[in-house]
Amino acid sequence: MTIPFALLQTAPDISARLTALEAAAKSAQSAGDNAWMLVSAALVLMMTGPGLALFYGGLVRRKNVLSTMMHSFVMMGLITVIWAICGYSLVFSEGNPFIGGFKYLFLNGVGSEPNADYAATIPQGTFMIYQLMFAVITPALISGAYAERIKFSAMMLFTTLWIFIVYFPMAHMVWGKGGLLNAYLGGSIRTFDFAGGTVVHITSGVSALIFALYLGKRKGYPREAMKPHSLVLSTIGACMLWMGWFGFNAGSAVAASGLATSAFIATHFAAATAALGWMLAEWLTSGKPSMLGGISGAVAGLVAITPASGFVAPMPALLIGLLAGLFCFWMVTAVKHMFGYDDTLDAFGVHGAGGTLGALLTGVFATSAINSAQINGKVVPLGLVDGNPGQILNQGIGVLIAMALAVVGTLVILKICDVLIGVRVTADEEEEGLDLTQHGEEGYFLES
Amino acid sequence: MKKIEAIVQPFKMEPVKEALKNIGIDGMTITEVRGHGRQKGHKEVYRGQEYNVDLLPKVKFELVVQDDRLEEVVAAISTAAHSGKIGDGKIFIFDVAEAIRIRNNDRGDAAI
Repeated sequence: MTIPFALLQTAPDISARLTALEAAAKSAQSAGDNAWMLVSAALVLMMTGPGLALFYGGLVRRKNVLSTMMHSFVMMGLITVIWAICGYSLVFSEGNPFIGGFKYLFLNGVGSEPNADYAATIPQGTFMIYQLMFAVITPALISGAYAERIKFSAMMLFTTLWIFIVYFPMAHMVWGKGGLLNAYLGGSIRTFDFAGGTVVHITSGVSALIFALYLGKRKGYPREAMKPHSLVLSTIGACMLWMGWFGFNAGSAVAASGLATSAFIATHFAAATAALGWMLAEWLTSGKPSMLGGISGAVAGLVAITPASGFVAPMPALLIGLLAGLFCFWMVTAVKHMFGYDDTLDAFGVHGAGGTLGALLTGVFATSAINSAQINGKVVPLGLVDGNPGQILNQGIGVLIAMALAVVGTLVILKICDVLIGVRVTADEEEEGLDLTQHGEEGYFLES
Repeated sequence: MKKIEAIVQPFKMEPVKEALKNIGIDGMTITEVRGHGRQKGHKEVYRGQEYNVDLLPKVKFELVVQDDRLEEVVAAISTAAHSGKIGDGKIFIFDVAEAIRIRNNDRGDAAI
């Protein structure tokens, strides 16, 4: 008869104990989620510098290595400042379906309290710094198209305008509360973009194509040999991208959850089959599988799985990667030469093409068995495999909006930059290299 | 005095150096160079873009020897650098008008 006695003893503070227990559980979850999200933010930053800086830096000629690395590195400064002042607010505060408002101007009210709309278990400050890293890498991806011939001042002005005119509206439309394409927070055209297939890769890839067409070919292209000066650097960079991508995709679960694990697996699987697919295509067409082919394929697979990563099962992820490897190989080796544009480092062929393929395949393979987040209070069928073929159309609309915004925005911005300061360096400067003419330094002093 | 210029395969650099050391030749200058003779280049492909690389890496030895040691030195180099395949390289021989050791102004055979 001791149990009822004990109950009697503790009964008065059961509810107080329960409250304390709930608070402790919440705090433990918050600690776990926050730890993962801070690591994810750092992983995504690592994708820009050193990841992308090394990947792109190795692919250019020796005289342009520092300028190309600079195109990635400087974003870590420039975009950060813009994001702190108004960027975060324009993407994630409520506004209209196309752009956010000024509620979080100067990060007002963005601190250790969570924002339940986006991530209920982590400080909003963590969500803010995590999303910043996406804004940092996106304009850096475009640099693959203008490398080796852009004026540094024009590139800074272009990027500043581009982040406002193309990135902020697109990110708000897809991820912001009330955005036109937001599937979960009141968008009228429901699209699924888990980690930025449209927002990051289609916008940057299509802008890259427009930029390459506007600038024209590098002097001597394709007659002169313009071999990558160090595939060793590129390989290190690509492997850092692969690793950092776990923060990009698995981190997009904004929690240390089962969904993060699922996205982690899908990401890795797609990179694996895409690398093998590209190498196999090379092996069959030119007789040898190459290191450059392997890393190009891996990046293509990572791009394609980005929108799908939090929605698809592991086997479809293997397939998406394989298709991306083959498709981007064809874009870069055949289509580019057919049309003759000089997309220096294939930003369009990999990010534009891979992003589009991934966005559409998300409409095919997205399933509520993987992502059970509720839409309007209930779990609904997501993609074609769930019996919702109409989703492919929605994904297509998302792709077209991203493309249209990128084409028009980039053309307008380029015109402005050209009139104000001129976009391209002189022929002599191009010959001498951007490292010396734009930055007054050289990457290598092998004899000093 | 004769100057010998020998252009050999990069992987023959150490054997040639060794052969020269064995016959007591200590002074030489070695440069990494690029060029081609009858050896064809090779094709490289980067993302579908083909490049023909016809300037191949070689190593150039330059050394000056006394007239009476010439044949011995040439024989040592050509034996050590020989593989029998196209691309083994060439040896050129020049007359040298004068040699001067900068440290102490030694001239002629004493300077080499």
